Amino acid sequence: MSIQEFLIPLLAASVIAGTPILYAALGELITERAGIINLGVEGIMLVGAVSGFMVAVTSGNPWFGLLASMMAGGAVALIHAFLTITLRANQVVSGLALTIFGTGLSGYLGKAYIGIPVENPFSVMPLGPLADIPFIGPIFFQHDALVYISYVLVLVIWYYMYHTRPGLNLRALGENPAAMDALGLNVFYLRYIYVVAGGALGGVGGAYLSLAYAPSWLENMTAGRGWIAVALVIFALWNPWRALMGAYLFGGIDALGFRLQVLGIQMSPFFLKMLPYLFTVLILVFVVARHKGRLSTPGALGLSYDREER
Amino acid sequence: MNRLTFKLEKRLTPSPVMVFIIPLISVLLALLLGGIFLVLTGEEPLTIYLLMFEDSLGSKYGLTETMVKAIPLMLTSLGVSLAFKMKLWNIGAEGQLYMGAMAATWLPLTFPYLPVYLMLPGMVALGMIAGGLWALLTAIPRAIWKVNEIITTLMLNYVAILWVDFLVYGPWRDPNGSNFPITASFVEAARLPGLGNSRIHTGLFFALALAVILAIVFKYSRWGYSINVIGSSERAARYAGMNIKRNILLVMFLSGAISGLAGMAEVSGIIGKLQHGISPGYGYTAIIVAWLSKLNPLAILIVSILFGALQVGGYAVQLVGVPATVATMLQGAILFFVLGGEVFTNYRVKLFSEKGEDLSK
Repeated sequence: MSIQEFLIPLLAASVIAGTPILYAALGELITERAGIINLGVEGIMLVGAVSGFMVAVTSGNPWFGLLASMMAGGAVALIHAFLTITLRANQVVSGLALTIFGTGLSGYLGKAYIGIPVENPFSVMPLGPLADIPFIGPIFFQHDALVYISYVLVLVIWYYMYHTRPGLNLRALGENPAAMDALGLNVFYLRYIYVVAGGALGGVGGAYLSLAYAPSWLENMTAGRGWIAVALVIFALWNPWRALMGAYLFGGIDALGFRLQVLGIQMSPFFLKMLPYLFTVLILVFVVARHKGRLSTPGALGLSYDREER
Repeated sequence: MNRLTFKLEKRLTPSPVMVFIIPLISVLLALLLGGIFLVLTGEEPLTIYLLMFEDSLGSKYGLTETMVKAIPLMLTSLGVSLAFKMKLWNIGAEGQLYMGAMAATWLPLTFPYLPVYLMLPGMVALGMIAGGLWALLTAIPRAIWKVNEIITTLMLNYVAILWVDFLVYGPWRDPNGSNFPITASFVEAARLPGLGNSRIHTGLFFALALAVILAIVFKYSRWGYSINVIGSSERAARYAGMNIKRNILLVMFLSGAISGLAGMAEVSGIIGKLQHGISPGYGYTAIIVAWLSKLNPLAILIVSILFGALQVGGYAVQLVGVPATVATMLQGAILFFVLGGEVFTNYRVKLFSEKGEDLSK
C-alpha cells in the first residue's frame, strides 16, 4: 500500500472525527472568553445529539434536527448561565451537574430511539471544483455540509474576536468585567448571550455525531468528547485557529486507531480506544508545562462577577 | 406601578438555618421538576415515585440493596470530599475505584492460598495504593505546573475502565467462565464477610470508621485546618508557610486511596470477582453526594443512603419500562437546586422598590 493510499484517507477521517470536537470547543472557547467556565459540554453534546436525532427522525429533515440540537444545547446552557451568573453558584460544580443531568436526560429521551436509523442523515457532498484539488480536495472538501460550515465558523469567530468592536468587548469580558461594566456594557446580559451561544454550538457538536458521524443514537455516544473539547480550549490557548488544528489532531488520534491494524500493527482494541484519552492528558500536561503554567487564560475566568465587590 | 429589583448582600457567615433547609427543599423541588417532566413524556410520576420508594426503602430487601449501593457511595464521596476541601477537583473517583478493584483482585488470583489474615489486609492495602497512585498521576502535574486536574482525572476514568475491560476480556478471563468477561471467583478467604446473612458487607465499617476519622481530622487536627486554609485561600496559606505542593500530592493520593478502597470492597464484598462494569457511576454520583453534604463526612453517610435508594429505585422503575436514567436525571436536578439554593445560604436577598426603598426590612 502506498503512503498516499494510507495518508489521505487518514487525514480525511481526522477532519470528520475532529468536527464534533471542533464545534464543542468553539462553543466552550467563546464561553470561556466571556469569563464563564462550562464543564457541562459533555452533557450539552449528549442532549444536542439526542434532540437533533429525534427531530431529524420525526421530521425526515436533518436541518430541523440541527436546529433542535442548537435550541436544546442553548437551553441546557441557560441553566448554567442562570446558576453561575445570576445566582453566582460555583462554576465547576454547576458544570458537573449539567453533565450528569444531560447524561440522564439524553438517556431518558433517547431510550425509544436506540437502533432506529435516520433516513436522511447529513451525507457527503463534494464541494465543486475544490474537491478535485489533488491531496487537499479529498482531505477537506469531500465531506458533509456541517464540516464546511465549521470552516466558515472558525473564520467568522476569529474575525469577530480580533477585528470587531463587540469581539474586543468579548475578550475584555473575560479579562476584566469590572472595566467593561464601567464602560457601560451590561456584563450579565453579555455573559448570558455567550454562554447560551456556546451551548448551542455544543449541541451542534452532539448532532454531528448522531446525524453525520454515526449516524444513529446510542446512550453516552459522546464518550468523553465534551471533555476533550474542554481540554482542547486550553491547548488552543483560547484561539479559534489553534482549536481547529487541535480538533483535527485529536480526530487523527481517534481515526488512527482503526488504521493501525491495516498497517499490520497488532494492538488490543481496548488500548486503541484508550489513545484519545491518554493523548489528551499528555498533550495537556505538555502544553501547560511548556508555558510553565502561565497560559493566556482569561483573567477573570471562573469568577462570579459582583458589582458590589469592584 | 412599582418595579421591584433585588440585590444580593453577602453574609459574613453562612446562614445555619439555610445550610440545613436548602438541601431538603432542593430534593423536593427536583422531584417536582422531574414529576412535571415525567407527565410531559406521558408517564405517571406518582406511581413511579411510589414504586421507587417502595422498592428501595419500603421493604427489607429494598433496604438491604439500598445499603449495598450506599457503601461504595459513602467511600467514594468521602474520597472526593477530602480533595474538594482543598478545592482540588478530583472527579476521577470512578477510575480510582476501578484501579482499586483491579489491584485488590490481583492478590487472590495470583496467591489463592493465602490465609485470610494476610489476604484481606493485603487486598485493602493493594486497592488503596492503586487508587492512590492513579490519582497521584494527575496530582503531580497539578502540583508542578497547575495542569487542570478536572480534565486529567476525568480522562483517566475512561482509561481505567478500558484497562479493566482489557484484563477481564483478556489475560484475566476465567478459563472456566464460558466466555463471559469475568475473572475466576475469589476464594472464601478473599471475601469480606457479610453482616449476618445479608448482602450488606463489612465494607460498611470501613466507611463508618473513615467518616469518623475524617470528621475528627477536619475539626481538631492541625493538618485538617491547613487543608481548609489552602482550600479557601491559597495565598493566605502560602503566607502562613504551608507547603501547598506537598499537600496537593498527599491529599490527592489519600482521596484516590479511599476510592480505591471502595473498589476493593465492591469486588470482595459484593461481586466476588472482577468483571466488566463493576460500578454504575458511583464515582460521579459521589460528587453530588459530597456537595449536598457540604463536604461534611458524617452528613455524607446519610446522604449516601438517600442516593443509594435513588439508584435502587431507578432499577425498579426499569422493570415497568421507564428508563433507569430517570435516576441520573433526578441526581443532576437535585444538584442544580442545591447550587441555586446556596445563594440563600451565602447572601441575603433584598428587595427594593423603584424608589430604592428596602422592602425586606
